[in-house]
Amino acid sequence: MNSEAIVKETRAYHCLECGVCTSSCPVARVRPSFSPRLLVEKALFGFGDEIVRDRDLWSCLVCGRCTSRCPSNVDYLNFIKEMRIEASKLGEKGLFSHDGILNTIMELQSLSLRQKRTSWITDDLEVADEGECFYFVGCLPYFDLVFGEGGYCDVGLKPTERARNTVRILNKMGIKPVVSNDERCCGHDLLWNGDLEGFRRLAELNLKTIEKSGAKKVICLCPEGYVTLKRDYPSYLGEQDIEVVQLYQLLADKLKEGKLNFVENGSDNPVKVTFHDPCSLGRIAEIYEEPREILSGIPGIELVEMERNRADALCCGTSGWVNCSSCSKQIQTERLKEAEATGADILLVACPKCGIHLSCAKYNSDIKIEIKDITDLIVEKMA
Amino acid sequence: MSEEFEPNIVGFACNWCSYAGADLAGTSRMKYPPNIRIIRVMCSGRVSPSFVLKAFQMGADGVLITGCHPGDCHYIAGNLKCEKTMETTRKLIDVLGIGEERLRLEWVSASEGSKFADVVTDFTNHIRGLGPILGKSQG
Repeated sequence: MNSEAIVKETRAYHCLECGVCTSSCPVARVRPSFSPRLLVEKALFGFGDEIVRDRDLWSCLVCGRCTSRCPSNVDYLNFIKEMRIEASKLGEKGLFSHDGILNTIMELQSLSLRQKRTSWITDDLEVADEGECFYFVGCLPYFDLVFGEGGYCDVGLKPTERARNTVRILNKMGIKPVVSNDERCCGHDLLWNGDLEGFRRLAELNLKTIEKSGAKKVICLCPEGYVTLKRDYPSYLGEQDIEVVQLYQLLADKLKEGKLNFVENGSDNPVKVTFHDPCSLGRIAEIYEEPREILSGIPGIELVEMERNRADALCCGTSGWVNCSSCSKQIQTERLKEAEATGADILLVACPKCGIHLSCAKYNSDIKIEIKDITDLIVEKMA
Repeated sequence: MSEEFEPNIVGFACNWCSYAGADLAGTSRMKYPPNIRIIRVMCSGRVSPSFVLKAFQMGADGVLITGCHPGDCHYIAGNLKCEKTMETTRKLIDVLGIGEERLRLEWVSASEGSKFADVVTDFTNHIRGLGPILGKSQG
């Protein structure tokens, strides 16, 4: 797609030059020279060639704040995505963080290698090879080796614990999910970094794996995996005969049905928690209330909202493992301080990547707030 | 198949010991298979897991890292750092399905030209025996 087509496709010509996008942008807030409005203006005046060569194209966090607030309904997210696809055709790319290791891991998964990705499954977990429900684990087994103990970027995390939690919760609901060794990275980051071909390869392999398992329902914990399977797979590879569900949607329903129960709290002092809305779960998938409904069902927990919550939530500072910069650190620190200012003891995250990024910012700082995944809390309190 | 298969091997050799060892093997006219492409790094500790994965992604069938013997590192402990990093890298390539046996770390000093030739010969034969990475594919 050339820049003219991108302008048309994303309704960029509706731009009123009001600047709501730039004033909403978390990057522009810490780095005033970054301007989403300017990027759109450039495209409107026919300087598309300049945009694809611009390093700022990769500074956008694709957090969707501008898109959600734009009065003219310009699809800024897709504008960035399509521009990046064009840019990568010219060999342009963002600056990969962690030496590009995560990107290489994704690319390697598009080869037909026989992975060994299911070693996180412990004996207490019940999983199946075939069945109705497919649990899409995503990148967690790889995150363990990069961000876990002894890993290349050891921030002391154990991301596969989230996968074990998910299976524990599903087992409790009476669901024995399919977990496949042939599953691959969903392709989210490759797509948003402009590698359309790499994304397609991964998507095709994943759809084949899901089809082989006989599953009609796919459950995702990772919000990015959820939006990719739910929205991007159909839009790039055609309608699929699968229902994609986010774990918190499923759990909120189970809570209403009375199938998800929590232990009664013995003490009178509730634990104060606050919740960080991930961009892809919130603004992009528009799942705001489900995690909150689950939290309100847990006795002994008091949810205090941060100043910027739901559609106004701040991004965790970086996406797609590119351009993690001093801006990212500033945004993350700002978010952690905002969480601390609520007086909460625990900052709950709903996306494994948010957990990684915020833990990284917390590392070597004076910020005290504990960062915890919602699934950790659910497993702890589940009756 | 394995008779015709000639593996591509990427070698990372440290500037102070192993690269000099490789040089000695060359100037002494010792024979070793030509499958290896050597990349000089200042220290084996410089080799990040990302280098190893990138090599495999770009078509290497095996990766050989050579550094100074423990205690001999020009930067005191870079080689020990490398040893530690490669432990997780090995796990990583195993999970990816490349197989940990395709990554090897060896200590070769500047005086060990013959050891360098032996290591390369042995590793090349080992990889030749394993076949191409995608030979293990699930189709």
